Amino acid sequence: MSTWNRRALAAALVALALGAASSIAGAEGRSRFAGIGRAATPAEIDAWNIDVRKDFTGLPNGSGSVARGEEIWQAKCASCHGTFGESNEVFNPVIGGTTVDDVRTGIVKSLTTSELQRTTMMKLSSLATLWDYIRRAMPWNAPKSLSVDDVYAVSAYILNLADLVPASFVLSDANIRETEKLLPNRNGMTTAHGLWNVGGKPDVANTACMHNCETDLKIQSFIPEYARNAHGNLALQNREIGGTRGVDTADDAHSAAAAFATVAIGEPAAARARASGEPIALAATQGCLACHGIDRKLVGPGFREIAARYRNGGNGGNAASDALVSQLAGKIRNGTSGSWGPGSMPAQAQVSATNAESLARWIAAGAPSQ
Amino acid sequence: MRKPAERPGRLQRAPEFHLTDDDIRTARRRAFLTQGVALATLGAATAIARATDSPSGDDAILKLPAHSTTLGQPVAARAYGSPSVHEQNLQRRESPGLTRVSAASVAFTPLQGLFGIITPSGLHFERHHQGWHDIDPAGHRLMIHGLVKEARVYTMDDLLRLPSVSRIHFIECGANTGMEWNNVAVPTVQYTHGMLSCCEFTGVPLSALLDDCGADTKKGRFLLAEGADGSSMTRTIAMERAQDDVLVAYGMNGEMLRPENGYPLRLVVPGVQGISWVKWLRRIKVGDQPFNTKDETLHYVDLMKNGLHRQYTSIQECKSVITSPSGGQRLIARGFFNVSGIAWSGRGKVKRVDVSADGGRNWRTARLETPVLPKALTRFSIDWTWDGSPALLQSRAIDETGYVQPRIRQLREVRGTRSIYHNNAIQTWRVSASGEVDNVHLE
Repeated sequence: MSTWNRRALAAALVALALGAASSIAGAEGRSRFAGIGRAATPAEIDAWNIDVRKDFTGLPNGSGSVARGEEIWQAKCASCHGTFGESNEVFNPVIGGTTVDDVRTGIVKSLTTSELQRTTMMKLSSLATLWDYIRRAMPWNAPKSLSVDDVYAVSAYILNLADLVPASFVLSDANIRETEKLLPNRNGMTTAHGLWNVGGKPDVANTACMHNCETDLKIQSFIPEYARNAHGNLALQNREIGGTRGVDTADDAHSAAAAFATVAIGEPAAARARASGEPIALAATQGCLACHGIDRKLVGPGFREIAARYRNGGNGGNAASDALVSQLAGKIRNGTSGSWGPGSMPAQAQVSATNAESLARWIAAGAPSQ
Repeated sequence: MRKPAERPGRLQRAPEFHLTDDDIRTARRRAFLTQGVALATLGAATAIARATDSPSGDDAILKLPAHSTTLGQPVAARAYGSPSVHEQNLQRRESPGLTRVSAASVAFTPLQGLFGIITPSGLHFERHHQGWHDIDPAGHRLMIHGLVKEARVYTMDDLLRLPSVSRIHFIECGANTGMEWNNVAVPTVQYTHGMLSCCEFTGVPLSALLDDCGADTKKGRFLLAEGADGSSMTRTIAMERAQDDVLVAYGMNGEMLRPENGYPLRLVVPGVQGISWVKWLRRIKVGDQPFNTKDETLHYVDLMKNGLHRQYTSIQECKSVITSPSGGQRLIARGFFNVSGIAWSGRGKVKRVDVSADGGRNWRTARLETPVLPKALTRFSIDWTWDGSPALLQSRAIDETGYVQPRIRQLREVRGTRSIYHNNAIQTWRVSASGEVDNVHLE
């Protein structure tokens, strides 16, 4: 060890000994890395320390009623999740699949037998998790925008939709622990498995037989003929040199590609841009396609639905009039609400005025593919 | 079943919309020039047919192409280089119908076209829960707090000043191959296994930062890692893992992380499913219990046959797949092939890979290409001469713990078919007499 290293080590050891009980000023002395990093202030920690643990550590005080939750739900949640949390249009349903008996046992019975799509309520084992989820990540297009009381209210409304609490219910920090005991799948989780630790015990133990091994040579499952092209033409997804080529799946009569042809999602962005021209590519890069389909509703209306409405509206049939373009561009940049049900679109300030006008002109023209 | 190409090795037909006008002109010229030139023997057809354009030889040799006789482009014509125009087929792609909103979706890595073990940065798979952002690194902060002597904040300046390490690791989504639990659902290795990438990551060992904050590593048995995006992804990491090989990474394949992969900062948790590699990392909290977050309670939980959900399933067990030839491809001719694929284990190094061409009845041990690194992809290959008869190709990896990659039947017996996550079963590719390869389940 060189003299320099020895000296540095000694200094580090002294710093370590001195630093154990030090405050902010002392911390720099304790650190191996002089001048790097700084103490977090209490306000900074509060600003980010939003997690609520299973035992409700981190839960802020507050309350919210089912009635208030319903108002928020209709305005900000129903466009994705459906009026009753039942929608399967955008995300998996929130509500459904649980019974009164499940509330008694705390294990959702349909999970053992059913091939039904799982709902949030079928899986939910911890009310802290629901609360934390809504606070950190919802609404979908404006996460972290709900107040603490509104998070309580939306949680209360979800519990009401699941028939766990009455319409008069108010959820609060005082009763949330008791309320959790109503969750239909509160006893439905397990950590008894070998996949948590590197040294965990595997579920299965295959053997490395080399010759005349037992195997089943019967084909049990394969891609049916009608679905050959469901992922697009595989000839265009493989290199065109080497020992193989992609199979040309596009000329099959039973092509499933048509089912996806007008849906912007599900195709790579570049292919989308090549196939569909610039405006759709622009809509993709500006984030519009996260909420709008080309010709169908996702979170917000499809672009062609918008075009159809305004074309049929009071614009004298002149769908692409400058006034309409300006109106739509304004809605993109500044946000809008109430035009398509109770949901709202936040302002999209990241879209430049030029891009907003290009998008608006394209929408007003009927959102054509080319 | 489709007919085999009559003259394997010749220019393949492709839909015209895919070709540029120049491509089409070139193709038509070649087709015209090769008219009337018969392939001499069956042998010539089963070997790669050389397109002999004239009696004296191959026009690709005899006639100098423009690139041999004209001036090429200058340096820095493309200041940030990109792949050849002839490689545009290999792209990240979504699986139609898998998700309905592309900001909460997956784009799969085209494993069918990759070599070696490193995933090009632009082809690294994507999984976002609420869209991605290109975050200004000047405003990005990492906070470490909780059971620490001092809660601390680091800027990107701070983190890039610290001693760094660079390590090659695979990242695999826990849901990789999840569509295939019950039956064959997708056609190619891009969709069966493409939520998988492997890169060299550069960053600071998390243990150094925990030391710097004076983390209580005895009482603080668990960490919460949180992202700065809209979903503020959170996952629990065991302190034992954090002190082992976890990195707070800013580099990927020699440059900064790509925005889709967490620019400017992400967690690298070797051997553990991708969801724990929190992107746009903003906060680490040291605590004494697991945090039971949304993505370890409502999502990324594995439904078992008895109706219980497994929580904190994290380790990606030993797995392998043949990438060439693989589903959705067609062998262009009989004869020699270098069957090649990748193997990996979240528990360490890959020790051995065996390959079968008869559906698992008989196996031969494949070559492992170097480097063979812990918790990284390992490339394997084996010689194979295709005689034109149907075959069932499989690979089976064994890791340094002795664990042998299982058959799907074995996994189903324990876990049922609805768990979505952690399907590391042996993959079967069926080779038909036509040379076409497709995805099948044997059991």
